[in-house]
Amino acid sequence: MSTETESIVTAEAGSSSVRKAMRQVRRAEAKVPTTAGRRAHNRKETVAGYGFLVPWMIGFLGLTVGPMIFSLYLAFTKYNLFTEPKWIGLDNFVRMFTEDPNYIQSVQITLVYVLVGTPIKLAAALGIAMLLNYRDRGSGFFRSSFYAPSLIGASVSVAIVWRAMFSTDGPVDDTLSFFGINIGGWVGNVALVIPMMILLAVWQFGAPMVIFLAGLKQIPQELYEAAEVDGAGPWHKFRNVTIPMLSSVIFFNLLLELINAFQVFASAYIISNGSGGPAGMTNFYTLYLYKRGFADLQMGYASAMAWVLVIAVAIIAFILFKTQKSWVHYAGENR
Amino acid sequence: MTTFEAPRVEVVENALEPGTSTQPRRRVKRRTINTVIWFVVLLAFTAIVLYPLLWLFLSTFKPSSEFAQNPGLIPENPTFDNYTKVVEGIAGTPLYQFFANSFFIAIMAVIGTLISSALAAYAFARIKFRGVGILFAAMIGTLLLPFHVIIIPQYIMFQKLELVDTYVPLILPKFLATEAFFVFLIVQFIRNIPRDMDEAARIDGAGHIRIFFSIIVPLIKPALITSAIFTFIWTWNDFLGPLLYVNSPEKYPLPIALRLYNDATSTSDYGATVAVSFLALVPILIFFIVFQRFLVAGVATQGLKG
Repeated sequence: MSTETESIVTAEAGSSSVRKAMRQVRRAEAKVPTTAGRRAHNRKETVAGYGFLVPWMIGFLGLTVGPMIFSLYLAFTKYNLFTEPKWIGLDNFVRMFTEDPNYIQSVQITLVYVLVGTPIKLAAALGIAMLLNYRDRGSGFFRSSFYAPSLIGASVSVAIVWRAMFSTDGPVDDTLSFFGINIGGWVGNVALVIPMMILLAVWQFGAPMVIFLAGLKQIPQELYEAAEVDGAGPWHKFRNVTIPMLSSVIFFNLLLELINAFQVFASAYIISNGSGGPAGMTNFYTLYLYKRGFADLQMGYASAMAWVLVIAVAIIAFILFKTQKSWVHYAGENR
Repeated sequence: MTTFEAPRVEVVENALEPGTSTQPRRRVKRRTINTVIWFVVLLAFTAIVLYPLLWLFLSTFKPSSEFAQNPGLIPENPTFDNYTKVVEGIAGTPLYQFFANSFFIAIMAVIGTLISSALAAYAFARIKFRGVGILFAAMIGTLLLPFHVIIIPQYIMFQKLELVDTYVPLILPKFLATEAFFVFLIVQFIRNIPRDMDEAARIDGAGHIRIFFSIIVPLIKPALITSAIFTFIWTWNDFLGPLLYVNSPEKYPLPIALRLYNDATSTSDYGATVAVSFLALVPILIFFIVFQRFLVAGVATQGLKG
């Protein structure tokens, strides 16, 4: 609050000498050990601050930090919920990477899903956002229609619909057959079930699209006009104006969507009836963790899995934040 | 993490003139054609995107026997049988009970999230105290934390407290502002409110509690509405939470009840599954149609001010 009060006070004070005096007083106040009144005020603020934060603090410590520490401990134990956890050191982690082909497969399909699905989803989101940005009038209806799947995409209802759409003799199979492509149902097909899951993710392009669209609207039109004067074609304008001006939004969307993609659960569960099939091809990380932890009650092993994921996500976030200097351009800064 | 600012670019005005003024008529014509193409392309995309939902809706009128041979949109023998059948419910529980359960959980989640998130957001945005910076960073950190790492210990905790098969594990976290997304959304909103009124109230001797309730809360209504809608929809859709914590069929919320239909009747009574799937989406679709402006604005600000 100090800067605001200062500006109000200085505005009222008027003459520059008074302003200078005020500034000196303020500076003195900041350096000299705080007076009793000031200290009382600080204490009051601290009490108020933590008072307002009580519910959040209880949740943060009791439902996030505490469980995280406990989970880290469990990761080094064998625990089935009913007997005491038994310390087994790094065994869970060793087993994961050397003796559990299902785990390796789960990692592989999850990585394919995340690393292929996310770029496609973001490309679709950016493409459609640019299309919508071409014209204001009439775009509201389309924007809302495209956004709707993002709200319901993770629901059980949509998973059920998706399975029906891609089953043998379902609408997709039927349409493709009409064009002479007879590949049958996607649901039971080992090669097609991941593309089907990726399509379900891409179908929810609306949320990043809305964010892209808001970003596009903030790009000053003059930049495009200036580029045109320099003889830039559509590709050059896209490459040299749109992408740099939108890079902070791209960064945000990329981070958010990558992290979201790792957490796919309900759709994989419903589409495979909880089995992760066919042949483990929908046994995504979360589903496998759920099965190990809650169906097999191997809670130590599942906790170890969770921590590997936390570390993986942390590394991805770290890389993104580190590299953002080289490709993310914030307006008002010189690169 | 900066807000957007228009960079200073000097444009030579005259250089633009020739390009915009030559052959105006042809330009207008080309523009009209472009608009028509634009409209048609987007309409085609809309048809593809909304097809699954339209298919779901129209399929609820297909008799179960029709699904195998008619994958198209239009039912050949339209019927209301699916609806009359599903009203009875499943596993001895009537359908309305699942709806009531879902509504109860979602409403409680909304109330809890709004109260706890607004309080926390006010502290982060308006009160200067020791440690606020670190706590805020920790809060942002939880935004990126995969939930996997806490579900197992949380389950163990609620199991030891004998709270499994109650709604407490689903609702209590909402009253403790565990959904950092909403705290962040409201913080951003409060930061954009000028402090003049706070300061004035302060000079009049108002404390933080007064300022929060009589100045901030009325001003952050749009952020609260956005948070309420998202909380409702996410809670309504939540599958993993009730899958872990709710065991008795009479306490099932809709997504878990839907799984019953899906497992039990996927081959025999497809019509029922489809009808319940559609009914489960109806409240969300209504919310969406009524509040779409808030939702879209909420998503957009969240992205731009991050």
